[in-house]
Amino acid sequence: METAETAIDIKGLVTHYGDVEILKNISIPIPKAKTTVILGGSGCGKSTLLKHLIGLLKPTRGSIIVNKKNITSISEDELNEVRKKMGVLFQGAALLNSMTLSDNVLLPLREHTDLNESTIKIMMRMKLELVGLSGYENYYPSQLSGGMKKRAGIARAMALDPEFLFFDEPSAGLDPVTAAGIDELILKLKKAFRMTIVVVTHELPSVFTIADHVVMLDFGEVIFSGNLDELKASDNKRVKMFLERKPQEEAYSPEDYFRIIAGE
Amino acid sequence: MIPSISEILFGFTGRKTRLFFQNLHDASKLINDTFFWTFIAPFKGAKLRVKTTVSEMVKTGYNSIPIVSVIAFFIGIILAFQAAYQLKKVGALIYVADLVGVSLTRELAPILTAIIVAGRSGSAFAAEIGSMKAAEEVDALVTMGINPVKFLVVPKLVAMMVMLPAITILADLIGILGGFLISVTELGIHPYNYFNQTIHALAMKDIITGLVKALAFSIAITIVGAYQGFKVQGGAEEVGRRTTASVVVSIFLVIVFDLFFTALFYFFT
Repeated sequence: METAETAIDIKGLVTHYGDVEILKNISIPIPKAKTTVILGGSGCGKSTLLKHLIGLLKPTRGSIIVNKKNITSISEDELNEVRKKMGVLFQGAALLNSMTLSDNVLLPLREHTDLNESTIKIMMRMKLELVGLSGYENYYPSQLSGGMKKRAGIARAMALDPEFLFFDEPSAGLDPVTAAGIDELILKLKKAFRMTIVVVTHELPSVFTIADHVVMLDFGEVIFSGNLDELKASDNKRVKMFLERKPQEEAYSPEDYFRIIAGE
Repeated sequence: MIPSISEILFGFTGRKTRLFFQNLHDASKLINDTFFWTFIAPFKGAKLRVKTTVSEMVKTGYNSIPIVSVIAFFIGIILAFQAAYQLKKVGALIYVADLVGVSLTRELAPILTAIIVAGRSGSAFAAEIGSMKAAEEVDALVTMGINPVKFLVVPKLVAMMVMLPAITILADLIGILGGFLISVTELGIHPYNYFNQTIHALAMKDIITGLVKALAFSIAITIVGAYQGFKVQGGAEEVGRRTTASVVVSIFLVIVFDLFFTALFYFFT
């Protein structure tokens, strides 16, 4: 799998929020037609990295090459062309609450295609069928459960048959059974459509179910990149701690702690 | 190392200045985008969201008819009483009609309507866009290649630009009706005389200057609401804060624009 084609090439990515460096020189290739999982603890910069991949944030330095285009420096119009090839599932699904499920899924089709209404309605029903939500066309997002919202979000992300599918914490806020259902769906989509899938998560069970390739971030740096077997065999201390769910060591001694609470 | 006083002072001034220019940049970008997508893009083939625009018209215009009518009616009555109080002394009671008609059409109807609409719809715009921003819905639009200004702000702006002048005309009429009713009952002015006096007092330019103001107010209210909405970064708490700010800022801007146009019309008409 190491010989796989590269779909997205991230080179020397550095980014800041204010004065704080969030991503520190990240260079990783994301293989084509595979599922890449970006793994890491809270606050390690994985969601920030995802926002750069979908063009929502601009880095301080570095480049992201998608389809031979550097999406960090192209114009907004060109970026919108690239975005039509991307589908994104946000953490809270981000369905438009003022619209029904069918209108949500129809939205990208109506905006970006000139197909007639009956054709795009068929496409919409196909996508809802794919995620197991047939019959819910006229429901509003607020009438659905968390898992159903995420499925509907996937249907919307799939509307234009994208080449790339991005997931931001797909199992966040879901019970284990529903989360496993979403994992199944991701596997099914990869098999059926051979898309390049990028998943940001910290849930270990889903990593072992869906990942072909794993990238692990820690404090804005890549500490591991490889397949699942390599991940299990890794002897990096931080990787091991994460896999064995060990808490972070106390960063300071009791004397230091005393000094901190005394405000010195 | 403890920073010196001058360092703190310069640091503070610098940060505030940078923030000010950042906000100025964001606001001018929003104004630029809004005008582009409203007035230029439709001629280049961009589709206007007609259905959404109509539903915005209902929300901002039609639904505010009851409150605007009641307030305009009361203001008409108040104006008639206040005018009568002064004019009675000089025995010129018939001029109540002039005063009510001219001050309503030129000044009070546009500004009161704008303040009510800023409170009802400007705040609703800020809350709607703000909560969409907090729920990543705005980000979702961007990643679908849909411009959020085009999708969210343009229908609101078009709806406001049509409806605010329209309900201003309604406020003109109902306010004059309020003044009329008091004049013929309490002040003893003959209905026909009052009617004639109003027709004579009002020139077309009085009504038009009022409508020009209403148009300017509609743009200010929409853009302030949208700006505050898009500025939301965090969660529900900030949505509330930004909604309040949108009302305060848009009422302030309405009065600033009113001053500007009143001075303009005073000197140039």
